[in-house]
Amino acid sequence: MEYFIIIISSIFINNIVLSQILGICPFFGVSSKVNTAAGMGAAVTFVMAINSIVVYFLQKLLVAWNIEFMQTIVFILVIATLVQMVEIILKKLSPSLYQALGVFLPLITTNCAVLGVAITMTQKDYNLLEGFVYSVSIAIGFALALVLMAGIRERLELCDLPKGVKGVPVALIIAAILAMSFMGFSGLV
Amino acid sequence: MNGILKNNPVFVLVLGMCPTLATTTSAINGLGMGAATMFVLICSNIVISLLKNVIPDKVRIPCFIVVIASFVTIVQLIMQAYAASLYETLGVFIPLIVVNCIILGRAEAFASKNDVLSAAMDGIGVGLGFTLSLTLIGVVREFLGSGSVFGIDIYNGDGALIFIMAPGAFMVLGYMMILFNKMMAKVK
Repeated sequence: MEYFIIIISSIFINNIVLSQILGICPFFGVSSKVNTAAGMGAAVTFVMAINSIVVYFLQKLLVAWNIEFMQTIVFILVIATLVQMVEIILKKLSPSLYQALGVFLPLITTNCAVLGVAITMTQKDYNLLEGFVYSVSIAIGFALALVLMAGIRERLELCDLPKGVKGVPVALIIAAILAMSFMGFSGLV
Repeated sequence: MNGILKNNPVFVLVLGMCPTLATTTSAINGLGMGAATMFVLICSNIVISLLKNVIPDKVRIPCFIVVIASFVTIVQLIMQAYAASLYETLGVFIPLIVVNCIILGRAEAFASKNDVLSAAMDGIGVGLGFTLSLTLIGVVREFLGSGSVFGIDIYNGDGALIFIMAPGAFMVLGYMMILFNKMMAKVK
């Protein structure tokens, strides 16, 4: 039951993009086609899942050595290295998966959602399994928001909009409406 | 000067969107976030410009990130000591200055190619543009959402709470961007 609550609340109620406002850059950057949006979502899920395990043990080390203030520096370096490693390993082990996710992997380092989740995970004091479930559900929520947005933006391409409105401004207004509808989930748990 | 209008990081380049949207719930929060980012931007620009001949080209991005992360940690510690309540409200977004694309972008595009003085000036210009935009968005959202500006009541009542929450952030920035584009088109 506990895990069920974590899953529902991280996918819908505290959706990382539409309610916590993290990972906005890829949300607007790679949401013009449904295919690329799904690819990005999958890549983020993959990295966040591995990241949650690494971050869990890393935080234990930081606490043990009494250098919690180094958290920001250590986490960002580990995430950057992790993304590189995932890229290399994927290239060797599963070229087809690498083909599908390859382009999106380097972009993930600068995705603030990954670092954001790593930090909130340590703040919430989750154990290993809870942290893993939390990270994966957050990533699924991210993918969901991205795919929803891409679906709407694909249609939007056909609309005739004034010059100043086209592109990011109209995407922001759509995001506002999406965020409003996600607020409807807030009574669920 | 270029950083404030023509290359405004928020309205024109659309960089650093996460803090822009998430921390501008009130004018003072926007200002605080902008100031923290500006401090990191100026310091990292100066240091990276000083180190530009030392840093090997192949590993420059990790080096930049280490420099930026160090200054973010300094900001974190300073804010915990002197502005604890602001630090609490901004929460996770202070450490997230590390992944703000504006800072890495300026380091890569400007500071690593120019001398110290112009790198510092560039940091000040872009930082001011960012801070001004954040404060402006904060003013609008606080005015609509809680009926006050910088904590001073403007009209009675609570205002529309939605503007302080996530949907309001997207909406206000969207409409402000449209206004900004219209204004810039007029000026040209």
